[in-house]
Amino acid sequence: MEHIVIIGNGISGVTAARHIRKMSDKKITLVSAETDYFFSRTALMYVYMGHMKFEHTQPYENWFWKKNRIELKKGYVSKVDHQKSQLIFESGENLQYDKLIIATGSKPNKFGWPGQDLDGVMGMYHKQDLENLEKYAPTNKVCKRAVIVGGGLIGIELAEMLNSRGIPVTFLVREDSFWNGVLPAGESGMINRHIKNHHIDLRLGMNLKEIIADDNGKVKAAVIQETGEVIDCDVVGLTAGVSPNVNFLKDSGIELGRGVKVNRFLETNIPNIYAIGDCAEQHEAIGNRRPIEAVWYTGRMMGETVAQTICGNKLEYKPGHWFNSAKFLDIEYQTYGWVFGKPKEYEAQFHWIHEDDTKCITVSYHKETREFLGINTFGIRMRHETFDKWLTDKKDVDYVMDHLAEANFDPEFFKHFEKDILNAFQKQQTINA
Amino acid sequence: MAVERNMALTGQPPKSLNTIQKIGVLIGISGLLILLLASFNLNLPNKGLWLTISLSALTIGIIIFSKGAYDKKLEGIKNDGVWFKSMSSRGVLAWIAGIILTGFYVVLYFFAELLGLGQGVDGTNTGLVGLFDPLSRLLSGNPASQWFVYGTLYTIAIIGFGIKFLMKYKHNRYEQLRTMSVIFFQTAFAFVIPELMARLNSDTFSLPYNDLKNMWPLNYYAFEQWRVDQFINAQTIGLFFLILAVLMVFVISPWLTYKYGKRWYCSWVCGCGGLAETAGDSFRQLSDKSVSAWKLERWMIHTVLVFSVIMTVATISTFLGYDSTKYWFTKNVFLISVGVFLTLLFVGILYYKRNQLNKSAVTGAAGFFIFTIAFLVLISFVDLSQIQIQAKYFSFGLNDKSYAADSALRAFYGFGIGSIFSGVIGTGFYPILGNRVWCRMGCPMAGILGIQQRLFSKFRITTNGGQCISCGNCSTYCEMGIDVRSYAQKGENIVRSSCVGCGICSAVCPRGVLKLENDSLDGRINSNEVLLGNDVDLMDFVNKK
Repeated sequence: MEHIVIIGNGISGVTAARHIRKMSDKKITLVSAETDYFFSRTALMYVYMGHMKFEHTQPYENWFWKKNRIELKKGYVSKVDHQKSQLIFESGENLQYDKLIIATGSKPNKFGWPGQDLDGVMGMYHKQDLENLEKYAPTNKVCKRAVIVGGGLIGIELAEMLNSRGIPVTFLVREDSFWNGVLPAGESGMINRHIKNHHIDLRLGMNLKEIIADDNGKVKAAVIQETGEVIDCDVVGLTAGVSPNVNFLKDSGIELGRGVKVNRFLETNIPNIYAIGDCAEQHEAIGNRRPIEAVWYTGRMMGETVAQTICGNKLEYKPGHWFNSAKFLDIEYQTYGWVFGKPKEYEAQFHWIHEDDTKCITVSYHKETREFLGINTFGIRMRHETFDKWLTDKKDVDYVMDHLAEANFDPEFFKHFEKDILNAFQKQQTINA
Repeated sequence: MAVERNMALTGQPPKSLNTIQKIGVLIGISGLLILLLASFNLNLPNKGLWLTISLSALTIGIIIFSKGAYDKKLEGIKNDGVWFKSMSSRGVLAWIAGIILTGFYVVLYFFAELLGLGQGVDGTNTGLVGLFDPLSRLLSGNPASQWFVYGTLYTIAIIGFGIKFLMKYKHNRYEQLRTMSVIFFQTAFAFVIPELMARLNSDTFSLPYNDLKNMWPLNYYAFEQWRVDQFINAQTIGLFFLILAVLMVFVISPWLTYKYGKRWYCSWVCGCGGLAETAGDSFRQLSDKSVSAWKLERWMIHTVLVFSVIMTVATISTFLGYDSTKYWFTKNVFLISVGVFLTLLFVGILYYKRNQLNKSAVTGAAGFFIFTIAFLVLISFVDLSQIQIQAKYFSFGLNDKSYAADSALRAFYGFGIGSIFSGVIGTGFYPILGNRVWCRMGCPMAGILGIQQRLFSKFRITTNGGQCISCGNCSTYCEMGIDVRSYAQKGENIVRSSCVGCGICSAVCPRGVLKLENDSLDGRINSNEVLLGNDVDLMDFVNKK
């Protein structure tokens, strides 16, 4: 019986394992050094905030794996020997495979800041980070202030987490407005204000210079590059993005870039070795997507795809229209299609913001053809299926604005804003005309 | 990770209470203290005044507490620290509250004299029941009973904690309207109107206490002889109520459930649901989400449903049997109609819905059906009222009375299901088992509505394409113990008989994935192997199988 070994029990690896099991009788082993069972990484924040217990982040009950004959192996893989088709664990153990799927995900970026390895400095990615945070920031008595470095999705989640325990947060964001590499200015500005409304000390355009230790090698303060200000703190969160967790593959013969290089079939340069999820790097970017996509659902989709290939139905990884979602404190965000933070030369954008400053949308369309290109929506839920269809059908922006109500996904009885939005849109069109 | 248990009044955020919340707790407790003093027969002069103070303190205490909790916060989900607080995470406070509540129910149901019922001169009330006399006289003109005390406190709890819920979900209009609805139905339909209607009763005219929305089989005594007789004797208006009660079961409720799902009742109207959604809101995360709990649920709730049907049929057929001249129906006509109705229903579902039923559901339903029909055949030949049953064999000797078999069934149902299950366990154990144990495991009404909702309803919870990140907030906060995530992460709609449509899964979802909707029956139950977002060919390929 063919033995499929998967390194990494995150969403990518687990999805691959589940789909291989559905389609075949192959022997499957899931290897992880992080946890015994699959959990939802995106939910770790809710454990610290007390919304959930860790067990609630596990989508499958513990009996699931045995019932589906997916073997779980806890251990840290230190080397892959593809000539002998075996994994070598840190403990010295070996494991033979017939096919190997690398799904080791990401690790938090560290940019060589002085003091970045001190006690009390942490990312927010692994379960171990959560345990660390619980150790160094259990209460606002133990942790008088925390400094977060890096204004992305994980940074704002960490800020929300610490805020929930009444721990004052200073939030250093390199950009001059929150996440404005991705979000258009109007949206980014609204999130800036929302962060401040939560009494988070948001510092835009600021970088970390160094982290200062106390006598015990624990964080004492963080220093800001631009101003030289020294901020006393007990915890420093490093959330300046993530990069593929592939160090253990150096010198393995598997081709690496920033991640594991794969073709559209998710195959590496070595036969029978595949890479999926955050750690995989496409030779060439697919459409407007990045070569490395550290997104929950792309991991899941790669898992679905590679399972087909391994079970004899060789398939390309062909992600459909881009979409994503996040939550900034109390404001939900969804995006369908492409809306660029800095509009492309062919791109026109229409922005609408509600007077309560918690809801806005940005619609992107082609200047000449008026083809609808994408939408960002904040505080208003919209239907994935509808936008997916409109993008496939290449609807023009006027059609989309007229039919926006069809895409509404807010709960029943919620106030609708489609009329306001349409009015604002028409007004803007006449001005521009 | 060991989370330290804490008595919650101290500790750090988000566990700690702020000053306003502490004041709220203090005021609320002072209201309870008055009730406690009255229970211990401290003779309070001017009972009306003390009762007013007590009930006001309870309500205002809850409101002040809620203001402290939510007022200064921005609109959004307020679940910080739920699993750290002793009360909401099965800590010491939760166990204390559970024991007190359970004790209260035991006294209420079985030892009402301890509350002062009829303990005074000439059978007047003393103690806690006595304290409520002025309010009862004001409404119905009669002295209070333990049920009046209970009804009042129940209503106060729904109003007080309902206001708390309104503050907590001020950003969510579905929750706002739903909560106002349960507050209204409890206050008006379950409490004030029936009390006022009691004023119509005289020596020549009498209506039973009638909560219009409380229908059979939740109201398991709806068709007992004394009620049916009273309705018939009360001429037009009584007959109207009797016909309405039947229409509710066979026409109004199925129609509303078809259009809106069982939520129209369970989380918008029902009193049990009303308490669960308001006072019980802090405990919704405690429901058991395991597959084994689901298996238990399916057996238990349908067993209770069958029991309630059998008990009701036995009751009605018995009085039709010995009083055959009084009613339009005879016993055999009644039994045959019930048999025919159930057979048509069963065969119809098996035939028309055969693609939606899995094997275990068919097997279970067939077992229940055969059992019920066998029972109908049995009682058509045997007159249950002629069989005497010694209660001591079933009550560990606590009850040494002898009952006719039909009243024994009623007594056992009333005790086992009506009192112990729905009251003592269902509500008393809120802080331990969650707020919907009764609704999920025991309520026969929820059982019927659930079958309708699963098979004949436009209601579903829609999943938003590929946006789910499997975080688990939806499953954690589902009071019915539905593993919502297991559907959402597969892009599948949630069509479950137990869903009461409270809407909290949708509210707590951080990615906007879930939406409660009424829509067409086509494609309501969908099953996807591959979610939206991936290449369309792959979706076709995998989903075709």
